[in-house]
Amino acid sequence: MSTVLTRRPGLAKLRVRSGRSPLHLVCLGLVASVVLAALLAPWIAPHDPNAVDLGAALAGPSAEHPFGVDAAGRDTLSRLLLGARTSLLGPLGVVAFSTLAGVAIGTAAAWRGGWLDSLLSRATELVFAFPGMLLAVLVISVYGEGLLAPVVALGLAYLPYVSRLTRSLVLAERARPYVSAYRVQGHSALQICLRHILPNIAPVVLAQSTINFGYALMDLAGLSFLGLGVPPLTPDWGRMVFDGQTAVQHGYPLSAILPCLFVVLTVVAFNVVGERWADRVARRDR
Amino acid sequence: MNFVRFAVRRAAEMAATLLVASFVVFGAMYLAPGSPASFLLSGRSASPEALAAVNAQYHLDDPFAVRYLRWLGDMVQGDFGRSLTYRTDVSRLLADRLPTTLLLITMALIVVVTVGLLLGRISAVRGGATDSAVLVATTLAVGTPSFVAAVLLQGLFAVKLGWFPSGGAGGGFLDQVWHLTLPAIALALYLIGMLARVTRSAMLEALAGEHVTVARSRGIPERQVIRRHVLRNSLGTVLTTGGLIVSTLLVCTILVETAFSIGGIGQLLELSTTTKDFPTVQAISLIIVALFMAVNLIVDLLLPLVDPRITLGTRGANA
Repeated sequence: MSTVLTRRPGLAKLRVRSGRSPLHLVCLGLVASVVLAALLAPWIAPHDPNAVDLGAALAGPSAEHPFGVDAAGRDTLSRLLLGARTSLLGPLGVVAFSTLAGVAIGTAAAWRGGWLDSLLSRATELVFAFPGMLLAVLVISVYGEGLLAPVVALGLAYLPYVSRLTRSLVLAERARPYVSAYRVQGHSALQICLRHILPNIAPVVLAQSTINFGYALMDLAGLSFLGLGVPPLTPDWGRMVFDGQTAVQHGYPLSAILPCLFVVLTVVAFNVVGERWADRVARRDR
Repeated sequence: MNFVRFAVRRAAEMAATLLVASFVVFGAMYLAPGSPASFLLSGRSASPEALAAVNAQYHLDDPFAVRYLRWLGDMVQGDFGRSLTYRTDVSRLLADRLPTTLLLITMALIVVVTVGLLLGRISAVRGGATDSAVLVATTLAVGTPSFVAAVLLQGLFAVKLGWFPSGGAGGGFLDQVWHLTLPAIALALYLIGMLARVTRSAMLEALAGEHVTVARSRGIPERQVIRRHVLRNSLGTVLTTGGLIVSTLLVCTILVETAFSIGGIGQLLELSTTTKDFPTVQAISLIIVALFMAVNLIVDLLLPLVDPRITLGTRGANA
């Protein structure tokens, strides 16, 4: 699918024209560096994220521990770097699941109409009534804590947003002359959808998914903060805030503030990049 | 379509969705591995008495459909079953905690509406540097999860400066308000950003309208133009976010109440999830969903009154 996407003029133009706003550039840089940090974490982390040095517990920044040490005597920088992995992997799962399933369902509903379409709009209404966090909490209370259950629950909760967007986009594309042209030439519905409609709507859907990534990160970090997400020893930003909260109340805020900062910066970066992308695509379409 | 018919139809639709939602909440426990009884009692002593109590509460000896209907009947009558952790009626647990949560949500709602509308209005009307500043601030606010806001506010205003208590819900009314100030701000921050953005874009759209130019050219004072012709026109759009605002407030109380250790519904939901107290989780989930849908219904019914251009029933498709 990606080879199809990169050839599209919509995406190619985007990369050339995106160099105008400094805020956007900074956010692109942030996204790139967070992803890079997550990928390279095991090699660039100065310490084992779970190595305990109780003598240095709650120590401030030093040459050995640039970002200080948490209450359990673990190096904050190493935990932040390795935490980037879990903190980004979860939202990636949510976005991948909701985008793939949402596009499939949305396209089918728009193309076929009828009962499938009305079933989709009913299901959408139901899921809107269930905020993602609540659905995740409900699933966790059944399956127990862990990363997989909340990711699936949030993926389901985000699905209707994607499928509704896809549905409206496909309905608009379907009315265009090129689709009728392909139909007259005897192309199958599947072929038209996959090879011609999908690449045309991909930028809009992917821009929305980028924004969803930030929201999913917020939700998953929140669940980890409640102690309902990742298992206790896994380095994860939300979990680090949870672990550091007692230290905050005793006047040592550093080990909780840093992961907070990372969460906010990453979410903002993904939001800005996604919104900018959506703006560009909207302007191109007009 | 007249108003009454529209109202009845929306209410019926809401009831239908609520029914399906209740089925999801009820059916969730059958997704768990093992028998429902062993799931409900997981981690607790499975004494014959406990087993009999769970059997009686969930009517586990009946067929599935009967089980669900009897459970639903109990819920509708306000009988939410017995908590497996606290060994009291869930309705009593809720009654003890609901006032705190409602006060917290009301305070947050007041902050969201006043600050959010004000920021959006300033941003749209003044433009320029003010607009950019508000945009940067709202971008940051929209990217800040409520638990992050809670921890940061707690670290700064409660621990470092000592202006506010760092946790608990307090005694009398004024003390409660004082205790809940920081949590309410933490809860409101994200939504302030969202509401300010929605207000800003709705007002900019209204400002570009021809009627605004006409009103200005007739010499109507700018303040009056903004209030009568711009703000009022954008209220409809702002109102559609009402349901989202209330549901976000309800859900985020889980995070904020836990961060500030406030004994409300949110903290109860967190505690009962970790202790696998499923009847309590079910009751709270259902209440949150029902409240959200009730707010949405109210918004739907208010919308044609606020903005007569909206024809009845068209909003359902695009909101």
